[in-house]
Amino acid sequence: MVDFIEIFVERVVHFIENVVQPHFNYWSYVVLMMIGLWGLIAKRNLIKKLIGLSIFQTAIILFYVSLGVKADATIPVFDYEAEKSKSAAVVLPAEPSEMGGKSDGKYKKIDPDHYANPLPHVLMLTAIVVGVATLGVALAVAQSIFKDFGTLEEHEILEKIKTGDYVKHD
Amino acid sequence: MVENFNIIILVLLVVTAVISLQVKDLLSASMIFGIYSFLICLLWAEMGAVDVAFTEAAVGAGVSAVFLIATVFNTKRKSSD
Amino acid sequence: MAMKWLALVAVVFTGALLIYGVSDFPDWGSADSPANGGIEGAGRSVSQTFIQETKPLTHVPNMVTAVLADYRGYDTMFETVVVFAAGMAIFAVLRVLKTVDGQHSRVIRDRSVDGDHQRIIVGTTCKILIPVIQMFALYVVAHGHHSPGGGFQGGVILGASFILLGLSDGMETAMERLSEGKFVAMAAIGVLIYAGIGLLSQFVGRDFLDYGALQPLLGTPDEGWARSHAMLGVEVGVTFTVTAIMFAIYVNLASKGELKGGL
Repeated sequence: MVDFIEIFVERVVHFIENVVQPHFNYWSYVVLMMIGLWGLIAKRNLIKKLIGLSIFQTAIILFYVSLGVKADATIPVFDYEAEKSKSAAVVLPAEPSEMGGKSDGKYKKIDPDHYANPLPHVLMLTAIVVGVATLGVALAVAQSIFKDFGTLEEHEILEKIKTGDYVKHD
Repeated sequence: MVENFNIIILVLLVVTAVISLQVKDLLSASMIFGIYSFLICLLWAEMGAVDVAFTEAAVGAGVSAVFLIATVFNTKRKSSD
Repeated sequence: MAMKWLALVAVVFTGALLIYGVSDFPDWGSADSPANGGIEGAGRSVSQTFIQETKPLTHVPNMVTAVLADYRGYDTMFETVVVFAAGMAIFAVLRVLKTVDGQHSRVIRDRSVDGDHQRIIVGTTCKILIPVIQMFALYVVAHGHHSPGGGFQGGVILGASFILLGLSDGMETAMERLSEGKFVAMAAIGVLIYAGIGLLSQFVGRDFLDYGALQPLLGTPDEGWARSHAMLGVEVGVTFTVTAIMFAIYVNLASKGELKGGL
């Protein structure tokens, strides 16, 4: 019996260390994304739908940014002190004439694993700003729907379309 | 330590996301969505994506909450679900 | 009600599929994943090239700014155009040019000290705070090369300062500072600055948005500094558009497109 419990505990620890810990973040992103999708489908208020859409969007952005994470890396800003202290072999870009807009082999000595991956950051940074601009457009459409129908509830809008009880524009 | 920080924020994110979708007062929903954005901004700062965190702090927690509140102000505050 | 349960089933099913798919992903935070370390045998990842070459080639320590404004210049330019187009779409959807008298326009509140006591604290605080916020926004734009920041962040903060003015002191006060004609022109000028810098490098005889070509015009010691300075110009263009569009979206949403009254 005691053996059985020991084996069981060992397996649970093994499962947590090898399956849960490396993937817990990804699972949370999937959960967040599904909450957003559920809000988008099941909620009947248009503002609630837009909040769900925003949650969906942030979950995807979160996933994208987390692809660029390196466990022991610093932020993607060139670190003078660290690069200087590492070794004398690293030639720092100090003399303008040395560069001439060309890259030769010596700069390859900057260790890429020291910095987080900047590419997902760039893509998602613009996506956030574009996201808020499109959220603004969606809210404007919601306001103009409210102007014509007097409600933001999906089922009431469908009802009013059936009965023709709304402000018609020629 | 950092992993614990991650887990706490991820759990709080799920909680705030569910609450902001479930609460019936749309003004509260907008404010809780602002909190959600701020938590996500903390998570990004911890991941080393400082530029993204900066943008989200300005956009998500600031401007988009104002947009939502402006729309709620001009329409109805109550939601049926 | 049935719809709700159906949605829940669909969402749970999709979520289960995605969680199953995620188990094949590289470990979280791994430096050897295909996105970070490249694929074995197929060459290195482009991000490694960015990390190693941005500083020597462009003199910009912040890699995000360098990749945003230079290596992916096309992408950022059209993102700016999307923000501009979103602002124009708001005008198309909401803007009311003719208001029926008395029906829509709200009573303009008395904003003097005697009229509204509750506004004194908010108004005074914001009056002190707004210049600081605007200075910080300009710092964020100008210092984007060396620290987190840049055109998008600075633009949003600058736009938020005008939104704060509109919230605390009434939309009329904010519209006096930045009227409709001004912010529409500002948004267009931002896109034009960006595209103009790209076209300028084309006129010099190189590719569109190839900032290195501007070296003789800017008089810099090498092409790297020309790229650095041109990036600042591009960021200023982005700031113009984002500031103007953020404020435009706010004033239209808050006043149902009438641009008066407001929150």
